[in-house]
Amino acid sequence: MALTRRKFLGWLGAGAAATTAAAVKPAVAASNKHFEGHPDSNAVLHDLVACVGCRRCEAACNKVNDLPEPDQPFADLTVLETKRRTTEKAYTVVNRYDGLRPSGQPVFAKKQCNHCLEPGCASACFVKAFTKTPEGPVVYNPKVCVGCRYCMVACPFEIPAYEYQKAFDPEVVKCTMCHPRIMEGKLPGCVSVCPTEALVFGKRKDLLNTARQRIARRPDLYVDHIYGENEMGGTSWLYISDVPFEKAGMRMDLGITPAPALTAGALAAVPMIAALWPVLLGGVYLMSTRRDKEAHQEKEDALKSAREQEQAAAKAALKKASEDAAKAQQKAVEKAVKDALAQAEKKREEEQKAKQQAQEAGQSPDGQGQESEEES
Amino acid sequence: MSSQAVRADRGIITPFNVIAGIIVIMGMVLTAWRFAGGLGAVTNLDNHYPWGLWIGLDLMAGVALAAGGFVTSAAVHVFGMKKYSSAVRPAILTGFLGYALVVIALHYDVGRPWRLPYPFIMSQGTTSLLFEVAACVALYLTVLFLEFSPAAMEWLGLKRARLIVVRLMLLLTIFGVVLSTLHQSSLGALFLIAPGKLHPLWYSSYLPVFFFVSAVVAGLSMVIFESSITARYFADKMDETHKQQKTTVAFGFAKAAAFTLAGYFFAKVIGIAVDNNWHYLATGYGAWFLVELLGFVALPAFLFAIGAREQRLGLVKFTAGWSVFGIILNRLNVSLIAFNYHLPASERYFPSWQEIGTSIFLITLGLIAFKFIVTRMPILYSHPDYPDEH
Repeated sequence: MALTRRKFLGWLGAGAAATTAAAVKPAVAASNKHFEGHPDSNAVLHDLVACVGCRRCEAACNKVNDLPEPDQPFADLTVLETKRRTTEKAYTVVNRYDGLRPSGQPVFAKKQCNHCLEPGCASACFVKAFTKTPEGPVVYNPKVCVGCRYCMVACPFEIPAYEYQKAFDPEVVKCTMCHPRIMEGKLPGCVSVCPTEALVFGKRKDLLNTARQRIARRPDLYVDHIYGENEMGGTSWLYISDVPFEKAGMRMDLGITPAPALTAGALAAVPMIAALWPVLLGGVYLMSTRRDKEAHQEKEDALKSAREQEQAAAKAALKKASEDAAKAQQKAVEKAVKDALAQAEKKREEEQKAKQQAQEAGQSPDGQGQESEEES
Repeated sequence: MSSQAVRADRGIITPFNVIAGIIVIMGMVLTAWRFAGGLGAVTNLDNHYPWGLWIGLDLMAGVALAAGGFVTSAAVHVFGMKKYSSAVRPAILTGFLGYALVVIALHYDVGRPWRLPYPFIMSQGTTSLLFEVAACVALYLTVLFLEFSPAAMEWLGLKRARLIVVRLMLLLTIFGVVLSTLHQSSLGALFLIAPGKLHPLWYSSYLPVFFFVSAVVAGLSMVIFESSITARYFADKMDETHKQQKTTVAFGFAKAAAFTLAGYFFAKVIGIAVDNNWHYLATGYGAWFLVELLGFVALPAFLFAIGAREQRLGLVKFTAGWSVFGIILNRLNVSLIAFNYHLPASERYFPSWQEIGTSIFLITLGLIAFKFIVTRMPILYSHPDYPDEH
């Protein structure tokens, strides 16, 4: 598995897709461009008026595509009793519709891949297994198919079938418009054997003119509508009919919007969500943490101011108490000093008194008087 | 303690183990049958119904029910609703197991499962909504695994690795919400490409929005539903925080679900009005649509509101189960019941017993894994070594 430029770019693409979850293909998303098909692409015109229901197209398809033997031979027209769809064994089926024509003749309509100009299957495939070729056919690449079968969900014409019976290599099966034969310059198998020109192969724009001419030539006969000109954005298989298309198994309620346009809006929203959701969520996160922080801060502030008030009050009380204490102490000191002074005074007075008394007492023995003086 | 002792006495032969064992054996037989015989051997899928029960139930409903992970982690880690913190791990675990089962189921459903990485490595079909689905499944499964991993790493004692993941948790949560938004909505957007096949009452250009909003409902309801289950069967594993927060979570989430369901109801009505599809309401499909809209959107919105307002836990739990069922019904309606509504009854799909059996097998695997993890890892309790987290 050599690393080619294309693969490397593919990986880059996957990386980009992983980060933005999807890279939307331009031109399909927001654009007023209308894709009208590859220039000179091929198409097939199926004229229901001319179809006789011989089933030779089915047989030729089976043969050129090497499909398995059918359950009943192609010559057996009783198969037409039941409505059929394309299967893993049949790229194309012809259905019969009775009671639609005044003449009583049944109507036959061939069903196969319509090879949309903007195919739903290709738009839906997450491994790009389907390609709209410039030649017209929508082709399938089984080498990358995972087997998710989203193409079958997406196809408005209910064409792709799946090999449910295969355990190991099941594939999606559908008409290829005989792409290999077209590349060889041959007609698609079914067209090559049609005996009544109910199937005509050619350039799509030429076939649209052919169809308009046929309708214009017999306006009394044909329904004035080319099925596939605009259905689902236009297809490379065109139909004209003398009976209402919806009575011949073709849905008229599909609209003209090509399949990719149906999902373009949802895909376009992806990178926007990837880009803006983190901003929004980050903002919500910051707001919620900020709110928490602010609430926390407010609480802190309230606590702080309460604490400060308390402290101030305590300080004041303390100051007062200490002042009181100091005052009291001073008083006590003063009192003590006073007391001491008073006492000292008293003592002195007493001593003087005692001396006087002693002097008054006259000539008491000297020694006694001296002795008492020395003692004190 | 005593109940644990009783359980220990019974050993391996418990009713859960016996039933789970039988289902697992059946599932292994079906698995061998599927991969040896192909899809055709076991399924009723056909060319009209490329997607059946495995997509409608296992993928579509499975992903919606796994939305609890992103809803809860966003509520706690982004919106800062710390009172629901104990609901994060169980919800992440359920989400992780749900997504893991979706990926396993996809291996059964696609034709060549060994090619599932092809959209990323071989050929990038970026125009496909399925590419978006695939990218989101792959990335979100990784994110869920990382979000779940701290519980496993606490169990295994990988402190350093755990710290790295815990520090990344906000980033992971935001990435998870982005991926879930894209992924849930893209499952609805898958059907945008098939307006001709899905009944107009269910088809709407708002399908991606419907799928995302209803996934939020599914996520909220699943958290309530699952916590009532774990409270019954794993009460011995729950710590005090979890027991205390249990009812807070139930009532808070019920209120959120009531509002979201009301929004979803009006969005659905607007969907009908925008496309002017009123006349379809008078048809059989219309009656079925009204059953879904009134019975499984309006009614649970109302019941959730009453339950939250009057603090009726039983009613909230019942409504959670009811609304989970309603979301499953919606996914089955879109992918199977209202899909191919134009086909005659004889061509409609009904799953084979093997498909149903395989789905039951996968759900059982999820339950076994849930039980294994919850009984071993710190999901319903905080690990003593990491008390502040979770």
